[in-house]
Amino acid sequence: MRASAAIHGWLLLLPAAALLALFTHWPVVGTLWDSFHATPKGGRAAPFVGLENYQVMVADEVFWRSLVNNLWYALGTIPLSIALAIVMALWVNSAMRGRTWLRMAFFTPTVLPMIAVANIWLFFYTPQYGLLEQFTSLFGMSSRNWLGDPQTALACVTVVAIWKEAGFFMIFYLAALQSIPPSLGEAAALEGASRGYYFRRVVFPLLMPTTLFVLVNAVINSFRLVDHIVVMTRGGPNNATSLLLFHVYQVGFSFWDTGYAAALTVVLLFILASCAVGQFVFIDKRVHYQ
Amino acid sequence: MTRSEDIARLIETGAAWLLGFLWILPLAYAFWTAFHAPEYSTRFALAAPLTLENFRRAWEAAPFARYFLNSFMLVTMVLGAQLVLCTLAGYAFARFEFRGKDIAFFLVLVQLMIMPDVLIVENYRTMSHLGILDSIPAIGLPYMASAFGIFLLRQTFKTVPRELDEAARVEGAGPLEILWKVYVPLARPVYLAFGLVSVSYHWNNFLWPLIVTNSVNSRPVTVGLQVFSSGDQGIDWSVITAATLMTSAPLLIGFLLFQRQFVQSFMRAGIK
Amino acid sequence: MKSIIGRAATLAALALAALSAAAQTEISFYYPVAVGGPITKIVDAYAADFEKENPAIKVKPIYAGTYQETIVKALTAHKSGTPPVTSVLLSTDMFTLIDEDAIVPFDDIATSAEDKAWIKSFYPAFMANSQTGGKTWGIPFQRSTIVLYWNKELFKEAGLDPNKPPATWREMLDYAQKLTKRDAAGNATQWGLQIPSSGFPYWLFQGLTTPNGVELMNATGTQTYFDKPEVIEALAYWVDLGRRHKVMSTGVIEWGTTPKDFFERKIAMMWTTTGNLTNVRNNAKFDFGVAMLPASKRRGSPTGGGNFYVFKKSTKEQQQAALKFIKFVTTPERAAQWGIETGYVAVRPDAWETAKMQEYVKGFPVAAVARDQLQFSVAELSTHDNQRVTKALNDGIQAALTGAKTPEQAMKDAQAEAARILRAAR
Repeated sequence: MRASAAIHGWLLLLPAAALLALFTHWPVVGTLWDSFHATPKGGRAAPFVGLENYQVMVADEVFWRSLVNNLWYALGTIPLSIALAIVMALWVNSAMRGRTWLRMAFFTPTVLPMIAVANIWLFFYTPQYGLLEQFTSLFGMSSRNWLGDPQTALACVTVVAIWKEAGFFMIFYLAALQSIPPSLGEAAALEGASRGYYFRRVVFPLLMPTTLFVLVNAVINSFRLVDHIVVMTRGGPNNATSLLLFHVYQVGFSFWDTGYAAALTVVLLFILASCAVGQFVFIDKRVHYQ
Repeated sequence: MTRSEDIARLIETGAAWLLGFLWILPLAYAFWTAFHAPEYSTRFALAAPLTLENFRRAWEAAPFARYFLNSFMLVTMVLGAQLVLCTLAGYAFARFEFRGKDIAFFLVLVQLMIMPDVLIVENYRTMSHLGILDSIPAIGLPYMASAFGIFLLRQTFKTVPRELDEAARVEGAGPLEILWKVYVPLARPVYLAFGLVSVSYHWNNFLWPLIVTNSVNSRPVTVGLQVFSSGDQGIDWSVITAATLMTSAPLLIGFLLFQRQFVQSFMRAGIK
Repeated sequence: MKSIIGRAATLAALALAALSAAAQTEISFYYPVAVGGPITKIVDAYAADFEKENPAIKVKPIYAGTYQETIVKALTAHKSGTPPVTSVLLSTDMFTLIDEDAIVPFDDIATSAEDKAWIKSFYPAFMANSQTGGKTWGIPFQRSTIVLYWNKELFKEAGLDPNKPPATWREMLDYAQKLTKRDAAGNATQWGLQIPSSGFPYWLFQGLTTPNGVELMNATGTQTYFDKPEVIEALAYWVDLGRRHKVMSTGVIEWGTTPKDFFERKIAMMWTTTGNLTNVRNNAKFDFGVAMLPASKRRGSPTGGGNFYVFKKSTKEQQQAALKFIKFVTTPERAAQWGIETGYVAVRPDAWETAKMQEYVKGFPVAAVARDQLQFSVAELSTHDNQRVTKALNDGIQAALTGAKTPEQAMKDAQAEAARILRAAR
């Protein structure tokens, strides 16, 4: 009975496991392997070059720029989109007027492909007659080249990412909020607790599992979503908005330097793995899972 | 409620409405620009005449109908495969004991963090060796075993009372039949919630499909849009927004009609 | 019995013969669309007309996006073993395609005397990016140069002669200063000049280095000259336009929105491709002019745009069929028609002599400006490992324009990077 259960278990798992192995685990190993080889050119196979690709990487200004940019970008998008998502969920969950409309407004960015909205945001940021400029000129601010100035370009694409993500996270928080028994809120009100206190001490801890889930998503997205970079800035001005995955794409599919692209990918994988480890350690301490 | 509380409430409502307005602004702009002539794409004269010309131009400039079909097939194929594979795998993890189960689960979790999107270089090579480049399965295969789905379903199946399981077993049902008759119906809200996440993710996916597809036969809507809107001539927002609206319409309308059900399904799925 | 078998065999043989006669050569053809308008319709029409004249050949045009996307797709397809038979790709991709062993030289397929004469019939300026090592690797199809568009109304307002564009760098700066308007707070409401710098600033940079009398690379694509003093001088001029003379916006200026800026009268003069001519004609609600780029030591502009290439991994029949198609599309009449409908420069001198083209130029004289500039035009920047080298130059230009580096430092760094890349490529 035991043995047949075990066999059944493996059989059930097999299809998914096969695909996972082929498209996740094998590529991870393959990427590591390729990063120690030079790019195959013409007919000849790839020669082993040890750490050469990594040495090139250390000397590559664009890599460091992309890495730093990605870290700032993640630091910008993750906390802000989560915080906004919580606020939005609280609003939509409350008795506020127009909350159905609000819910729709907050969620619509999720339904639009990033590629599509990036062009619209390009208009918003256009100097002189773009929407943002039309607004700032009302306040007498001078025209800025928002996307063409290395000082502001990264912030601008960060805003686009936050706009895209917050509504999606909101839905998860909304579901979590709606499963909090209203009696808790009533009890707190009876005891004279302020809304802020109630939120900090009761609601937020109860939202922890959702926050963790959303955090995982936000971290992944901050490294995976580069569509808006492709459309709006192509990594410019002067690599000010170049992100890691975008650089991988450029090196791998524009320069066709697959050896070096593999080395860059290894860095990306390492960062993601570290985040995963960090988050699972965090789970054990704070949240109880079955 | 006291006066100051009233005012606080009012300000808060105002803030919420302002944020909502800012959030819907890009879509609103898209509507404005798509229905007006190019001269009005940057000025908002309310009396400007409406036109459908942009939609006609967009429709004629690229085979959006085909792109639509491709995206639809892609999303359906991926979701279908995910439902089957993740159900089987989630069931295995939830109810079966076998050697190496913990290691296997850990390996599954790896995909939660390391999505196929960051492995584009290697996966592209794999597709090339399999000989299926430039096809819809090539876009979908890396995603069909979804760690997120397996994780969700495992959680959900674990909450099914064992008595139901045993009752069915007493009646002589095999494991697959139990799965189909007992577990799957109870997990319906989870399926719906997962389906929504999957559909919106794959409908919007861009970078991987861009790399893997070459021709119109397999190109999804997102790649079609990008290919359509980049050009030496510069950006024509009227046509781009018309194309955007055309291609986003199904998801938008779907969401508008079913918002409440979406939220409720997330709630019942207990994604916490 | 025998006669039945005999008749059956004859029938079978006839059927087989008929089938093989009906067997067509199919050629797939990737093309980018870099300008607006019903390009896909025109290309499909060419394919259909060609198939009518050549029933044994089937042409499959595949619209592949921008030049960048098309080269990625073509090389992707080549590496996985199923490349298109022919494709229109950037003329600068020539060395990359040769290095990847992806294309065949036209000398191998266009062998007759008539074919050789056909190769000689194109403008030499366009052939500069199409030939190397004594062989012809690409045939010009949709080619362009950079031109200066100016708003005649704004010229009149500024007190300038609306029919006289700037002819030298001195004049361009002078006019731009007169054409820049500021409001009470000192913010510019109208810029005199706009030279975009996003995406591929190296191309527009060649519109400055060529008039300054210097080339950016050697003919075999193995060496670059980014740190020559004339190059640094040209970059300094560009940077000063924005930072010192304040006639242009600072920072990196978006290519895609530059025509729109022109239509909105936010800029009085703009540099962009001649391929935008039809777009400007349709959308500018004011009188405008088109001029050659102003001279410094001489006139000059880079060429741009795409050539036809034929891929190696195709059969001899397919290559010959592709050659036929390419010749079909580049006859003087069709080259003229393509130029008229898209705004690209018709690629051969005799196309300009056709009745249709002469009529078109009479009604729209600015269409000939790009052609007239061809005699001063040079090859577009093209080297081995082209994408990497151009990125090094692009980054350097953008660094100078945003003030992150001085023009001299930026170009020295770019040259060092390019030299490193080219050394590794050998």
